Amino acid sequence: MIDGFLALYIFMLAAFTGYEIIARVPVILHTPLMSGSNFIHGIVLVGAMIALGHAHTSFEIAIGFLGVLLGAGNAAGGYVVTERMLEMFKSSKPGVSDKESK
Amino acid sequence: MAWLPDVIKACYFLAALLFILGLKRMSSPRTARGGITWAGVGMLLAVLATLALPDIGNRGLILAAVLIGVSAAWWSGRRVAMTDMPQMVALYNGMGGGAAAAIGAVELIGYSGQSITLLGGDQFTAGGASAPGTMQLALAVLGALIGAISFSGSLIAFAKLQGWLDKRFVFPAQRAVNMLVLAVAVGMGVAIACGQLSLPLIAAFFALSLLFGLMMTLPIGGADMPVVISLYNAFTGLAVALEGFVLQNEAMIIAGTVVGAAGTLLTQLMAKAMNRSIGNVLFGSFGASGAAAQDIGGAQKPIEAADAAVMMAYAERVVIVPGYGMAVAQAQHKVWEFAQALIARGVKVKFAIHPVAGRMPGHMNVLLAEAGVPYDLIADMEDINPEFPVTDVALVIGANDVVNPLAKTDPASPIYGMPILDVSHAKHVIVVKRGKGTGFAGIENALFYADNARMLYGDGQAAAGQLVTELKTLDT
Repeated sequence: MIDGFLALYIFMLAAFTGYEIIARVPVILHTPLMSGSNFIHGIVLVGAMIALGHAHTSFEIAIGFLGVLLGAGNAAGGYVVTERMLEMFKSSKPGVSDKESK
Repeated sequence: MAWLPDVIKACYFLAALLFILGLKRMSSPRTARGGITWAGVGMLLAVLATLALPDIGNRGLILAAVLIGVSAAWWSGRRVAMTDMPQMVALYNGMGGGAAAAIGAVELIGYSGQSITLLGGDQFTAGGASAPGTMQLALAVLGALIGAISFSGSLIAFAKLQGWLDKRFVFPAQRAVNMLVLAVAVGMGVAIACGQLSLPLIAAFFALSLLFGLMMTLPIGGADMPVVISLYNAFTGLAVALEGFVLQNEAMIIAGTVVGAAGTLLTQLMAKAMNRSIGNVLFGSFGASGAAAQDIGGAQKPIEAADAAVMMAYAERVVIVPGYGMAVAQAQHKVWEFAQALIARGVKVKFAIHPVAGRMPGHMNVLLAEAGVPYDLIADMEDINPEFPVTDVALVIGANDVVNPLAKTDPASPIYGMPILDVSHAKHVIVVKRGKGTGFAGIENALFYADNARMLYGDGQAAAGQLVTELKTLDT
């Protein structure tokens, strides 16, 4: 499927993408962005599902189950927390512009 | 059903695209809220597509684990207070690292001798690939190592921010011991990648990886935790990408790598904003604060709420310095009530906010604004610092490092060089604090021992409430 060099190319391009997206971010968004990227690596859930889906022995199944549990927690928790935080930043915006206009 | 694999691939592609676009939108305040929704749609697509994979077994178990994990995290994420957000991010991030490590464990155990004999040969498939190559093993091992460190490290970070682990854990030659643990773990990993797939070795490898995460995080002070969490966030991203390579899952590779890179940059930006380097955060401050603590003479002098209230009631100028502790104690409403009572008595009251007050940049302004404090009473550090010498009482509530004079006077202090609020220049300083400990950052504060400083011990909310009550009794 993905051979070594193709994988390296994907890795390189994705790394530059991540770097460029974050490069010009106001300080005020640092924490929500950290939380948002925390949600995005919740994609690990997909990998854990595949791992559990291929697990054979009961030991593997137990670890795979734990993995899916943790991955689901990462994805769901990351989403809720980020959403709540960004909600707060929206409500704080009129306040900030208010301050500047004074 | 020949079209199914293509549809699944397309879903993964869309998910990766939505993640990148979502992250892009999240990096601007105007579009940030839409960004998380886009990324959420991507996640949903990827999970549904995975459930539809034809060669997936244990579907019931998968669904059960997803449901339990999602509902537990959703419930906890909904009810957590805004002020506790950083540790929740740490917790969820640790879960992601743990999941990445679990993937590595399942794959490695699947490859290990036991499974091979169980299946009667090398006919097994794992993640769509047949016999494991060294490259695949190496990636699985590396991803597991990083994921495990991120897992145990994030849990420690969570415990520290939650206040369950107040003490910094320091012993002699700590760095050397840590490095040794890491070196042995890496050595075992190399052996595993070279084909030594015995179960005891794999178990020992994971145990040491987890141990290293613990030991690396334990000596780091609470104030540096946001940087550390951000670093572990990048770690988890990288671990996810590596396990994505093992499982040949493009969505994982791209999302994990993007987060790994973005997280690394975010970590650097955060460290810069705190006047620290990442290396300094991870290794720099060992023992330094201990040496500084011994140089502080004198004792902390307590004061009763009644005396503090009298002091401020008859003062001309009072500056209130709120810190993260005030937000934690949800004391901002009570503090504002107290400030209003002072203003009613003719006292000139101002609030002074340090640039890094609170855990989130801009957070303190929002909290005060919500409590009803008008903007013209809130002053920035540059504006208020010249006013401290003519201030009668500076009331410090839940702030610590941002008022620590050691940042100016003690080159050995970990916070040396950080700009501070010159609270100690005020005629009197009253510090509201929960206890005598070194507090959040684990750094001694010379202010608390200063001759003009008095300590009002107690929870921020309770103390502010007492002050209000005592002020009222003055009038009756």
